[in-house]
Amino acid sequence: MSGLILEISLLVAKIFLTLAMAVTAYRMLRGPRAQDRVLALDTMYVNAMLLLLVFGIGSGATIYFEMALVIGLLGFVATVAMAKFLMRGEVIE
Amino acid sequence: MTIEELPLWAALLISVLLILGSGLALIGSIGLLHFKTFYERVHAPTLGSTLGLFSILTGSMLYFSMTEMRFVLHEFLIGAFLTVTTPVTFLLLVQATLYRDRFEGNDPLADLSRNIRQAIER
Repeated sequence: MSGLILEISLLVAKIFLTLAMAVTAYRMLRGPRAQDRVLALDTMYVNAMLLLLVFGIGSGATIYFEMALVIGLLGFVATVAMAKFLMRGEVIE
Repeated sequence: MTIEELPLWAALLISVLLILGSGLALIGSIGLLHFKTFYERVHAPTLGSTLGLFSILTGSMLYFSMTEMRFVLHEFLIGAFLTVTTPVTFLLLVQATLYRDRFEGNDPLADLSRNIRQAIER
């Protein structure tokens, strides 16, 4: 019984997060200016991280947690680098 | 403890947390599509990266603590890291956008104060 409930809710969570990633991808492809694309990419990083955490609950393995942590770190570094690039035209001065 | 041996209250609580978190992430992403200007759009995704993130992390912590019969709290690392970094990244991004807008000659803050002044005079 509890396994069935958990499986259904995992499926719903995966569908929601995939839809969220699709919406951010649409904004990233369409976004009128560069900053909209960067914002959409950052949101997509967060959504992918949440999706990996949900996959981790589904499979019961802790490797997904480590992947989510790495994606969170990379998302921060990538967004800061791109914001710096939009500001100055160079990442490292 | 396997998944089938999980007590019903734990399964229900984990399900509610998971659906709440993913729903909030979806609402935040739809807000990214819905709002008209960039400065409004910046607010939307933080819904998913604060409450959405923390409810999914709490569900994950609860699930692994119940199945492994010990406290599994390493998910808290992700929560602490994202809580610190999300405001920093968005502040930098908005600063860059403001700089680019002013460089092109349209200042959103000046437009805002002009609109407020007109509203007061009217």
